[in-house]
Amino acid sequence: MNLKAETLSRIDEVIPHYPVKRSAALPLLHLVQEDQGYVSSEAIEWIAEKLGLQPINVYELVTFYPMFRQKPIGRRHIKVCRTLSCAIMGGYRTCAEFQKQFETRLGDVSPGGDVTVEFVECLASCGTAPVVMIDDELHERVDAARARELSDKIKAGAPTDTGRR
Amino acid sequence: MPAPQQHRLIFRHIDEPGYSNDLACYVRNGGYEVLRKAVQRKPEELIDEVKKSGLRGRGGAGFPCGVKWTLVDRKSGKPIYLVVNADESEPGTFKDRYIIHQDPHQLIEGIMITCFANKVERAFIYIRGEFPEGARILEKAIAEARAANLVGPGILGTAYGCEIFVHRGAGAYICGEETGLIESLEGKRPYPRIKPPYFPAVLGLYQCPTIVNNVETLCHVKHIADMGGEAYSKIGTPNNTGTRILCVSGHVQRPGFYEFEVGKVTMGQLLNEVCGGPLPGRTFKAVIPGGSSAKVLKFGERYKGKRKVGADMVDYDWGVDDIPMDFDSLAMIGSMGGSGGVIVMDDSVSMVEALGNINAFYSHESCGQCTPCREGSLWMKKITSRMVHGDARPEDGALLKSVADQIAGRTICAFGEACAWPTQSFIAKFGDEFKAYPEAKKQPKPDGVPELV
Amino acid sequence: MIQPASPDLITVYIDGKEIAVPKGTNVIEAAKRVNVDVPHYCYHPKLTVVGNCRMCLVEMGLPAVDPATKAPVMDPATGKQKVNWMPRPTIGCATNVSPGLHIRTTTQMVKDCREGVMEFLLINHPLDCPICDQAGECKLQEQSAGYGRGYSRFVEKKNVKPKRTLLGPRVMLDDERCILCSRCIRFSKEVAKDDVLGFIDRGSYSTLTCYPGRKLENNYSLNTVDICPVGALTSTDFRFKMRVWFLKQTNSIDTESSAGANTVVWSREGVVYRVTPRQNDAVNDTWMADSGRVLYKEIRAAGRLDSVRVEGSESALEFALGAAAAILGKGGAAVVGSGRSTVEEQFLTRKLAEALKAKASLVSRVGEGDGLLVTADRNPNVRGALVTGLAAELPSATLGTLAEQIDSGAVTSVVSVGEDLAAAGLSEAQMAKISIIYLGTHANATSRAARVVFPTLTVFEKHGTLVNQQFRIQRFAKAVPGVAGAVDDLTVLSRLVSACGGAYLGSDVGTVWTALSAEVPALAAIRYSNIPDTGLLLDGSPWAALPFAEGASLHYKPGSAPQEAAARG
Repeated sequence: MNLKAETLSRIDEVIPHYPVKRSAALPLLHLVQEDQGYVSSEAIEWIAEKLGLQPINVYELVTFYPMFRQKPIGRRHIKVCRTLSCAIMGGYRTCAEFQKQFETRLGDVSPGGDVTVEFVECLASCGTAPVVMIDDELHERVDAARARELSDKIKAGAPTDTGRR
Repeated sequence: MPAPQQHRLIFRHIDEPGYSNDLACYVRNGGYEVLRKAVQRKPEELIDEVKKSGLRGRGGAGFPCGVKWTLVDRKSGKPIYLVVNADESEPGTFKDRYIIHQDPHQLIEGIMITCFANKVERAFIYIRGEFPEGARILEKAIAEARAANLVGPGILGTAYGCEIFVHRGAGAYICGEETGLIESLEGKRPYPRIKPPYFPAVLGLYQCPTIVNNVETLCHVKHIADMGGEAYSKIGTPNNTGTRILCVSGHVQRPGFYEFEVGKVTMGQLLNEVCGGPLPGRTFKAVIPGGSSAKVLKFGERYKGKRKVGADMVDYDWGVDDIPMDFDSLAMIGSMGGSGGVIVMDDSVSMVEALGNINAFYSHESCGQCTPCREGSLWMKKITSRMVHGDARPEDGALLKSVADQIAGRTICAFGEACAWPTQSFIAKFGDEFKAYPEAKKQPKPDGVPELV
Repeated sequence: MIQPASPDLITVYIDGKEIAVPKGTNVIEAAKRVNVDVPHYCYHPKLTVVGNCRMCLVEMGLPAVDPATKAPVMDPATGKQKVNWMPRPTIGCATNVSPGLHIRTTTQMVKDCREGVMEFLLINHPLDCPICDQAGECKLQEQSAGYGRGYSRFVEKKNVKPKRTLLGPRVMLDDERCILCSRCIRFSKEVAKDDVLGFIDRGSYSTLTCYPGRKLENNYSLNTVDICPVGALTSTDFRFKMRVWFLKQTNSIDTESSAGANTVVWSREGVVYRVTPRQNDAVNDTWMADSGRVLYKEIRAAGRLDSVRVEGSESALEFALGAAAAILGKGGAAVVGSGRSTVEEQFLTRKLAEALKAKASLVSRVGEGDGLLVTADRNPNVRGALVTGLAAELPSATLGTLAEQIDSGAVTSVVSVGEDLAAAGLSEAQMAKISIIYLGTHANATSRAARVVFPTLTVFEKHGTLVNQQFRIQRFAKAVPGVAGAVDDLTVLSRLVSACGGAYLGSDVGTVWTALSAEVPALAAIRYSNIPDTGLLLDGSPWAALPFAEGASLHYKPGSAPQEAAARG
């Protein structure tokens, strides 16, 4: 495991937050994924060792929680909300537009590696549907036209400002 | 009758120009004064205030907060934990997001008052994974508060200390269920626990007594400690006290969040006046009043019966528009106030497809631990997907209902109801549309009507 | 006779039947006592309760009390306390008895619940019973007949999951058959302490798996096959060998160590197909080691002795007994008994030693205990030798004294009851110096060096008793006939005793026990026929000071007072 020094220090800082080490499994998975881009088998075993667990205990988590991935993704991660409030406001069209823009299928890395487009369940911003998360940024009222604009910025390697504080 | 004014208690500063989420801004607006006074009182007094306030949990079940605190095992000798449920995941709900992003110190003050009242020395905020920014904001806010001696050891010159830690989820609705959340916090798959014996108040986090409260609920605690339980209980309506944030999404002119005294605004006032009514050229067809698991209401149907007003029983005969937005009224007419997420669907929406969307959500989110929910939720999803994308049969509605009936009431946790109620209510109220769907789907969709499944 | 209710017993009503059960009993177990079957999959009495299958849903009622005064609310119609029935069903596995609890298992609500759960379990389950090895002992198959709706309403595509995954050398997994009850996971974690199994993915797509690169290969892996309620986990050894309904079951004991796990031997037409654990809550719960399950293979292993031989030539039993008696009659005889012999055989071995005025020694077999059901003492019956008086002390590591006596010429002939003297430390020269009479099942250096060889029976081919580490005497029965040519150990020993001048004590266990009870004080009150299936604790206190090899294991703590347990037993 070739983790950055900062990741390692954050890992050591977070474990004592919990009276039982196992509780740090999710935080460690997040940190390792942020560091490496995904959670490899090596990472699973490293985390298990670090927390005194068996690898299966960590593997069970990685596969349960959709936010953890076992393969690398594109440079930007586009997560389109699929759930009811967004869907009735056109979420499926938004998602289709992103797929079209990057000529990719759901869950795949787009050709050229710009993005991975995914449908996700409710992002809890139903009042501004349809919503999309690009990496950690929430984008609101993303209709097909806005999806094209965002896609253009991503293709150009430009920042995708959300426009909100 | 015109809609009442909003009563902004929790959302007082949300979207207020110039209001920022740092400690200085919060303190400028009177922040942490309530905590400062609270720690000079006896913890039991604070619990009493919350009991007197009649505050009901804002996460979904509407369980009285004071009762929840009273059930905590205080004789075990084990530490008591507070777990803040910030896993806001019920589709249609988006209130906690704004509190966390824009007014995190309000939450932290509420947490510290609750911890002091309940002698909690370690609290965890379980925040859904999809709020990475929210998690960072909370961490920064906690650090600020800690530096200002408002969190941490010996706060505000007292001997009392409490640490707050932020714990991020990773995309699982089931973590909103309090025992699933506890399992997740313990680093396990978030399989809800069987109750009995694992009631959090006795055998919660690390098998210690644990209080699990929603973000909004804890913010209310701050205001109860401020104004006193008695005064708070006068806000709202009897047994439905305080204010409630209603999150409106879907087919209205002005979707968004609105805070009212509980029960003082009706569904009609909310949707027609506050939210500006249906989209141009459309009429309301259905509304889900308390997050997507709440039973759907159909515009045009009537709800009749007797209800208690003061000491009397009076007849009521309501349409959807007449329903007061409070816990008891919504329960009385067969749905629930739930998490306050109001999802509005107009006449462009196919109820079969809307249910297909909901079923896809619940089958994706079923943890898979217990049989009826695991198998039933996916079966219902497969039926509705087939109806939309494959061969729909007139009898599918009856089959769907029968499957849902085999789930509700037979599962480990309330997810069984959450996934069954949409199907049960959609079929009960829009059964004819399900029967007619095989024919109706042969017609091309009008332009602009989005796909839902 | 009216007795005051024991304070630890709680009276409950199952389908109207009154039963007093110990505090802490759950509804499934309480119902079992009144012969009411509460079907279940995930519940297992020896594992933690998780309540995930939902098959054991029942209706529950509690005696009505006035909320204010807590006084019982009486039903004027019956004169009895009213019962408040809960509107929702509850799971029997996680519901412990409470005073006055009422349970109904035959109502429409309960029927609907079971039918619903059955339907859900079957929609994604393959319909491959005809080729499934579990058929005949599959809870899903049984209960779908008992509680299912009998037809399918499921027209969608079934989930696809991995088939035929080898989890380890002995266990095969078919994920499509798995009903996600988690018994195997809990067993691995809680009992075997080998946390390698788990569920991955979620919802209906949840899949049982072993962590990639790891194997389910601990010595208890086959217990997961035993407790799998469906055909998801099967034994690579037993798979496709035989339909279970053709097999005869015989109670037996695992002889691999002094734990004495209770077993069932499954056989057909004289052939053993498998060995599985038999529940004994005081010994092995419901478990046994994988290593004990393959011992039946010795029945047909190469080198099985199948003829009586004298000086290397096949011989009649009569002649061989005479030849043996003649050799031993010359004096200088010694007896090597065995901690693997049965109590009856050990008693007769003692009698033989007495008749020959010879000293008897035992061969020790000590390894490492696993803390569960394979103990450090790999002799299953050293305590039997103590109880029967064959030995007064524990076997020593080598046959050192005997070797010296051979070297000095004091011993010129040795009867070995199943022990390979070469393996026990005698040199080739020492063995060549003496006349050996050998009783045993398989060829070895001793049988090859013996002047007289009596082929005897394996534990699967005879009746008998063994005394385990707890001083619990346990009975086992003959599962299959002995191989052609072999002679029952008791026959050989009894006739050898009489040929050497002792009294003839019979050649079947029943008759030998008449003498055993008469002569061995610890067994005075016992007859072979009245030893319960779960065994009988003997008073081990006379031997409490001996340095037994065993460490702590399941239901055993070294040095715990056996006489106290005997009083309870």
